[in-house]
Amino acid sequence: MAKFQLKVNGKPMQVDVDPSTPVLWVLRDHLQLVGTKYGCGVGACGACTIHLNGRALRSCQLPISAVGTQAITTIEGIVSAGKEMHPVQKAWLELDVAQCGYCQTGQIMSAVALLKSNPNPTETEIESAMTGNICRCGTYLRIKAAIQQAAKSSNK
Amino acid sequence: MKNAKNNQSRRSFLKVTSLTGGGMMVGFSWFANLIPNEAIAHTQDKENWVELNGFIKITPDNQVKIFNPNPEFGTNVMTSLPMMVNEELEADWSKVIVEMGDYDTPRFKSQFTGGSRAMAMAWRPLRTAGATARLMLMQAAANEWGVSVSELTVSKGVVMHKASNRSANYGSLATAAAKLPKPEKVNLKKPSEFTLLGTAQKNKVGKEIVDGQSLFTIDYKMEGMLIAMVIHPPAFGMELKSFDATEALKMPGIKAVFDFQVYKDGYAKAGFDTRAFNKLIAVVGNSTWEVMNARKKVVAQWEPIQDTKEMVMARGGKREEIIPAGLESTESHLRQMHEMQKKPTRVARKDGDPETAFKSAKKVLERTYTAPFLAHNPMEPISCVAHITDAKAFFVAPIQIPEMIKQNIVANLDIKPEQIEMKLARMGGGFGRRAYGHYIVEAGHISKKVKAPVKLIYTREDDLTNGIYRPTYIMTYKAAIDENNNITALHVIGGGFPESPLHENRFPAGVFANYLAESWELPSNITIGAYRAPRSNFNASAEQSFLDELAETVGKDPLEFRIELLKKAKSNPVGKNNDYDADRYIGVLELLKEKSNWGAAASKNAKRGVAAYFCHASYAAHVVDVTMKNGQPVVEKVVSALDCGFVVNPEGAKNMVEGSVVDGIGNALYGELIFDKGTSQQKNLNQYRIIRHREAPKKIDVHFVQNNIDPTGLGEPPFPPVFAALANALYKATGKRLYNQPYLKELGKIKV
Repeated sequence: MAKFQLKVNGKPMQVDVDPSTPVLWVLRDHLQLVGTKYGCGVGACGACTIHLNGRALRSCQLPISAVGTQAITTIEGIVSAGKEMHPVQKAWLELDVAQCGYCQTGQIMSAVALLKSNPNPTETEIESAMTGNICRCGTYLRIKAAIQQAAKSSNK
Repeated sequence: MKNAKNNQSRRSFLKVTSLTGGGMMVGFSWFANLIPNEAIAHTQDKENWVELNGFIKITPDNQVKIFNPNPEFGTNVMTSLPMMVNEELEADWSKVIVEMGDYDTPRFKSQFTGGSRAMAMAWRPLRTAGATARLMLMQAAANEWGVSVSELTVSKGVVMHKASNRSANYGSLATAAAKLPKPEKVNLKKPSEFTLLGTAQKNKVGKEIVDGQSLFTIDYKMEGMLIAMVIHPPAFGMELKSFDATEALKMPGIKAVFDFQVYKDGYAKAGFDTRAFNKLIAVVGNSTWEVMNARKKVVAQWEPIQDTKEMVMARGGKREEIIPAGLESTESHLRQMHEMQKKPTRVARKDGDPETAFKSAKKVLERTYTAPFLAHNPMEPISCVAHITDAKAFFVAPIQIPEMIKQNIVANLDIKPEQIEMKLARMGGGFGRRAYGHYIVEAGHISKKVKAPVKLIYTREDDLTNGIYRPTYIMTYKAAIDENNNITALHVIGGGFPESPLHENRFPAGVFANYLAESWELPSNITIGAYRAPRSNFNASAEQSFLDELAETVGKDPLEFRIELLKKAKSNPVGKNNDYDADRYIGVLELLKEKSNWGAAASKNAKRGVAAYFCHASYAAHVVDVTMKNGQPVVEKVVSALDCGFVVNPEGAKNMVEGSVVDGIGNALYGELIFDKGTSQQKNLNQYRIIRHREAPKKIDVHFVQNNIDPTGLGEPPFPPVFAALANALYKATGKRLYNQPYLKELGKIKV
């Protein structure tokens, strides 16, 4: 076991865990941030997507010991102060994207990171950026439309 | 106005219930979660809820809550079923709070997520519950104001007496209303009078989902809860011999390692009690990662099983079932299935004289189709929370039909039925997998042993090696054709491990005077279960691919050919047991023809394929447009036509069809669970291929036949015909007919 000082959603946090523990399980088991989901544990489904210094990555593949001082953002931390929802979340609701809903937080985290680096992505760019996130219910078309809508509303 | 008999149980006609945060009304709240959920806490800390019946509670300050009875796994029953209640209740839908009901089937009449039955089963009881409550609220107002109910009107949760300009909201009337006798008979609105049903409504739980709130079993926490995982044999056909946990027990955070038996010897398994292995090793500890690591340190010895007798509950009582010994493989399954197709077997249906018709045929078209095992792979891996104490058995369970697991819990955990308390968590997908609640019993055993609340988690690898799968199937269709290109007989034979896909009374049964349907099954030790439209999901692909090739053989347009056959079945049906309505079937095909602009060129030089199917009481048809790019199929567009009767929530319905289309294309092209030496070769999602964003169709257009027939389901019916519509389009695009799933493999173009 070892102590780690983390910055999660802008707040300092401390955990005492085995250094090999993936960030996914640190968030879920130790910090009670359960919006980040376990789907496969091998980085193949995207359900556990978080941002590390603003970049989307699979938290099941990131040992806590590799985080250092980098800022972790989870679905619980994407809303700006004073806002109720992130524009991407809003678009998700407007287009009634979810079915079972389990993968959607991971999808949203990938979408938010995409729009940050590419505010006006083409359809092909969306498909390419999102292809690491599986939706077993098959809501891909609505996800794509929601990303386009969020891009439009942010670019106004 | 239609009359509905009021059959709400006496038990659900209730008094005023004052409840506090810790009482029953906490219900599905995640009160033990260490992160307080503000939104949910706000709605559930309310006191003085007035219960009007099992489905409706109202506070004096006018909050209206409607309970959804059916477990939610993504078909959006959390919205559509409360819509039924509120159509009659007439509260303000935008303000109605929706809550998942706990397992309490006597109160909720049915809690059944499966078979696409939610709409049909809920249609009358839920509207009746709403109408009953509204009438009681109106009666309370009438009593208060000394007027008759007939003088009152209701809108958005406010009762009005226009003549005296008085009004009162439901909250102010609820306490008095709950004391009134329940009306014996209520009138239900006609569809033409609906104001909510039939309008597009967004998911009532949408905000919680996009916020990442604690909704799923795997998210649940309670004080003192431990994490548990199980170790199962490395292959079907193996069982536990012995194990050594010395090293595992030395690992940090580990509390216990022990073996246990899931079902007692001689326990007669009912239909949904399927489980892969009966003897498991449990590893229990403080956190998931610690348990995952300790699990690797357990040294277990396995041995092959002998032929094993198991008791199963069947129609007419218990019977013995033999689980065969051996390590099975896909290769051997395929070989045996092809051999079985050549042998005469059990006749499921025979019309006329097919033998003579085939003998005198000018031409015979015969084609054989196969499909592999499939894994459901719901995105949320299998999980269950259990806390068994002397007083009660508490569960948070993702389970499609909770009532079906009751006798299993009672028999195998030695618990009295009245001790069971079960929260029905939102399920991260199901597709049939969560109809089989063996994991609930497993979690119960572990909690009993460690005397603490536990959360059992399967890894993805566990579910892909210790799961329940769609069987592997084969089907051969044969048509006799005379010199004038008339089809004079049809023969279908189907089988599989360990279940046959045949539906002998389904279209095109009823069309041909001479018809023979045969069926067989071979035993297997690989556990199988319902998978989105069981049997139909393969039956449709074979049947609709064959009809396409048959149409081509006799020189007809594939869509017109289907309509022509259905018109024959309508005007001159053969046999009495045909299970479809030819008129409604024709209806979806006509709608599809119009909406897809059939006959015109497809978009972007794409090639088109069509297929239709009827199952689970709804009719579905698709036109799929594909192009080939760099040897890979690209689905440019899908047009879908459905007849599911009255469409309760067009937004949710459309989403459901789109999802089925994507799922169908994914499974048709990529889906396969290959077995070798008893073990699946696809152990995680980097090996088991699920359709991804860039492989989804570019566009899906969904159209519904508009009618006021009582609603039927959409979770399953749109799925089966996708496979053949795609295969038929791929034939047009590549010149290659596809007979064996997954189709991409057969196309020989799979990218490694």
